[in-house]
Amino acid sequence: MIGAEAIVKCLEKENTEVIFGYSGVAIDPFWNSILDTGIKTVLIRTEQNAAHCASGYARISGKVGVCAVTSGPGATNLITGIATAYADSIPLVAITGQVNSDMIGSDVFQEADITGAVESFVKYSYLIRDVNDIPRVFKEAFFIAGSGRKGPVLIDIPMDVQLAEFGDKLSYPESISMRSYKPTVKGNIVQIKKVIKEVEKAKRPVICVGGGVHLSGATSEIVRFAELNDVPVVSTMMGIGVMPSEHRLYFGMVGNNGQPYANRAMNESDLLLMVGARVADRAVNRPDLITENKVMVHIDVDPAEIGKNVGPTIPLVGDIKHIFNDFLEQDDHADDHRDWVDTLNKYKEDMDSDRVPDYAIEAYVEPRDFIRRLSRAMKDDAVYVADVGQNQIWSCAYHIVKRGRFLTSGGMGTMGYSIPAAMGAKLADSSKQVVAVIGDGAFQMSMMELATMKQYRIPVKIIVLKNGFLGMVREHQHYVYNDNYSMVELKGDPDLGLIAAAYDMEYKKVDGNSDIDGELAAFLESDISALMEVRIDPMELTRF
Amino acid sequence: MKRIYSVLVENRAGVLSKVAGLFSRRNFNIDSLVVGETADRAVSCMTIVSSGDERTIEQIEKQLNKKIDVIKVKTFKESMSINRELMLIKVKYNRENRRDIMENCQIMNAEIVDMSKNMMVIQICDTSERIELFIEMLRSVSIVEIARTGTVALTKCKEN
Repeated sequence: MIGAEAIVKCLEKENTEVIFGYSGVAIDPFWNSILDTGIKTVLIRTEQNAAHCASGYARISGKVGVCAVTSGPGATNLITGIATAYADSIPLVAITGQVNSDMIGSDVFQEADITGAVESFVKYSYLIRDVNDIPRVFKEAFFIAGSGRKGPVLIDIPMDVQLAEFGDKLSYPESISMRSYKPTVKGNIVQIKKVIKEVEKAKRPVICVGGGVHLSGATSEIVRFAELNDVPVVSTMMGIGVMPSEHRLYFGMVGNNGQPYANRAMNESDLLLMVGARVADRAVNRPDLITENKVMVHIDVDPAEIGKNVGPTIPLVGDIKHIFNDFLEQDDHADDHRDWVDTLNKYKEDMDSDRVPDYAIEAYVEPRDFIRRLSRAMKDDAVYVADVGQNQIWSCAYHIVKRGRFLTSGGMGTMGYSIPAAMGAKLADSSKQVVAVIGDGAFQMSMMELATMKQYRIPVKIIVLKNGFLGMVREHQHYVYNDNYSMVELKGDPDLGLIAAAYDMEYKKVDGNSDIDGELAAFLESDISALMEVRIDPMELTRF
Repeated sequence: MKRIYSVLVENRAGVLSKVAGLFSRRNFNIDSLVVGETADRAVSCMTIVSSGDERTIEQIEKQLNKKIDVIKVKTFKESMSINRELMLIKVKYNRENRRDIMENCQIMNAEIVDMSKNMMVIQICDTSERIELFIEMLRSVSIVEIARTGTVALTKCKEN
């Protein structure tokens, strides 16, 4: 067996089902060794999307996503995808081929110092020098990626190491212990009891959930805890979907682009439980104010997040699922915060930005109304993948999550994330309906993947909100630069119908005169990939 | 506020750049950074002197702990540890100032370790403050070159 075959054996031991990637000479020993194994390979069309596909796969499967590309430009192209996963704590193992060991450092063809280049976007990285290190490195890499605060790990493997003789037997380590890496799982019981006391005392408690809740798989524990104690829940962008949108205790997304009543709930609470959220700038405008007049509990698996942006009253480090199970065990009596919930409901009615405006211009579809209708037409457990831009803001505010998932690039805001992430999500669970909602700017950044969808028959529904502009930045230039538009108009945009035809995709075009519900029902009905073009007003704003 | 971080790390290729990179990426200061082996050859000790407000000081320790190659971080104030730095300083001398220089060396416990007709190299091992003081004392002489190691530190035997 050679090194490359040993890598494949390690991936089999980790139950890897699918690898997204691109070929090149430096990674070819690996691709050659994976033929005739049970692992599915998906040849994407540009390397960045290999990481996005693996990210979508990881988020729906709950497993570590795997991607593999070649050295030099292949590896550097992957960086944006890795950085996107890092910003949202998505567990990935990224494998890169490298030039021969004795050539490293001499700037030979397609050589890039990828472990150096990617350092600030990975949880950890390896450059394998000795073929015998392969089992240990892979065991560690999967462990690091998928535990504690999850994230991407990169493994760089020179060609000669992939080709080196490994021996006949591979013993994959059963367990692992690293003296320098021991993530905290169980929460400190003294702190847990303190929190329970505060919950019992609180008159206006609020839970703010972030992406960490999904990553920990703690959704049902949070819902149970909120219901038992009658505590209203708000979410960050990454926490959307923890609570069903129409749950009586859910009060929307916080932040600049969130619902005003969600922010008001957070600000007026006397006890705020921040759960798996990093209190980032987009969610909390003034982190220093958020702790005013209230007890703030910050629960996170990453101790470095606690106190980074805001100083909590009670810090609690550990895995959210463990901690909330402990809460539920410690806290046996139900609470009632009827008055507080009523107050928030009144705010919601008064400040209802959910209200969809009437629309007069016939050529265009009202985007908020459209997303509401799309939500209703989708299956209850569907996966909705929002891209970045105005479409993301509308999706966050108007998509109704029932039992499904809502995916987006929250931290990095990487345009073009939705199509490859949707493909990965679909491959993680083919029984789920997967819909990507994207603007025409990001679509043109990622439309090469329509070929991948066709090649591997990955039935994803793509909805392009087309306005001929980079709408979010246009909106910014509207407010900040008095409508002096620069570098935001997408002239020369392609005919999406012809593009869909070129890839044998079903295509529908919807404008203000269309029967939207009828078109959506027909569009979503079949389990084949399809493209819908929705014409929206180029001058539309996300804020009224 | 000044803090000393004594950081035990895995003795592997690239660890220094990972730790140094963390400081630049997170906008933390490095006043000095020293790396050396420990009694265990698989473990290196980095002594990092840094400064910042309370939140920064706490973040530095947390972010260091988060690095996979970091085994242990100890943070302490200068008063809680024995701190030493080594300096070699090359000066030009002449007949008039030679005696002065030698007296200064005596007062400061510095040692002349190399000499030629008109130059000498002086070695001093002391706290950073006293090394600064020694440099000040030699300002009137012509200083040719200085090489300093940066601070190494160990916590005191008895904690006060």
